[in-house]
Amino acid sequence: MEWTDWLHLIIGFFIANALGYGGGPASIPLMYREIVTNREWTTPADFSNILALGNALPGPIATKIAAFVGYDVGGWAGSLLALAATIVPSAIALILLLKVLQRHRKSPVVKGMTLLVQPVIAVMMLLLTWQMAESSIASIGILQSLIIAAVAFWAMQFRKMHPALVIVAAFAYGGLVIPHLNM
Amino acid sequence: MKDNRARNIYMQLSWAMMKTGVIGYGGGPSVIPLIRYEAVTQYKWMEDDEFGEILALANALPGPIATKMAAYIGYREKGASGAVVSVLAHILPSGLAMILLLSFVQYLSSAAFIQGMIGAVTPVIAVMLGMMAYEFGERAVKGLGIYVGIGFFALAFGLLQGISIHPAIVILLFLGYGAFHLRTVAALQLRKQRKQQRQVQQKEGVTRGMD
Repeated sequence: MEWTDWLHLIIGFFIANALGYGGGPASIPLMYREIVTNREWTTPADFSNILALGNALPGPIATKIAAFVGYDVGGWAGSLLALAATIVPSAIALILLLKVLQRHRKSPVVKGMTLLVQPVIAVMMLLLTWQMAESSIASIGILQSLIIAAVAFWAMQFRKMHPALVIVAAFAYGGLVIPHLNM
Repeated sequence: MKDNRARNIYMQLSWAMMKTGVIGYGGGPSVIPLIRYEAVTQYKWMEDDEFGEILALANALPGPIATKMAAYIGYREKGASGAVVSVLAHILPSGLAMILLLSFVQYLSSAAFIQGMIGAVTPVIAVMLGMMAYEFGERAVKGLGIYVGIGFFALAFGLLQGISIHPAIVILLFLGYGAFHLRTVAALQLRKQRKQQRQVQQKEGVTRGMD
């Protein structure tokens, strides 16, 4: 692997993620531009295969794409570089920003900011809830969605079950039962 | 003893982040309730207020959201090495699986059981996000009072959904106003008190005059 490849990996993944506001999914089109259009590391068809596998596997999507394309271009070193360019800049920015806030934790300015941000987060979560509900109804229908949602709510709110267990149970139901229902 | 405990926190961080990385389906946002469960409920590294603040700032910065949260939580507990451990635990299992499994890609992405799994987990994620929305809303109402709280909800909803302003901008706007919020409230209360005092004085003046 040439050192220019290393540089291109770092710059490409840095740009795609630094401009991608709103987390992993938002940076997918930007990654496409860097990976397929600018550098021609993969063909459009391969990119959609990578994306399909990325979506079928759990875990954050941006890092899965970076790990794979980096590996494809420059082996394990390439994979590490692409991952670092994806994660490190924004992680350091968040750490520095929060460090400044921590230092002034007692000040009314920081307290007011913490307070005012709660309603925005609540509304954003509400909108995400709505999106998830819509895509759930589109894929498994309203009846199954409602039943699964009700059982999940009961398990987490009243039985205080660990969310990981609830998710694993949903996976089991989805993998074993849903394919055999006539939909 | 001390060394033991330190190692324990690394173990906790790795285990918590690995769990959230492996079961978090659908990328960034769906992982947030899971990270919150580990950080706030399970290991009690922080309070909900602080988690909300981290989430808001992480949303206001670019880049993948889950890795930013993992990095900060690791850093908060154990400094730079904690951040590295958390992020690696969060991304390595799925990253490796991605590289190793690419030959099965056609099969996997069209397999009925994968489709079923994704379908069945979506309502669960919706419930988790909904519960989080309720809890953040509850805290906003507690901190701001019911009328002011509802006002800010309506404003945030209008900006985000009504005129589709980018969430990062909305967060920055609210943070910007939040910096002055407590001072504004204090000033308003002071003015109210002075007004009441003046009224009381006036009344006293009137009654004295009557005497």
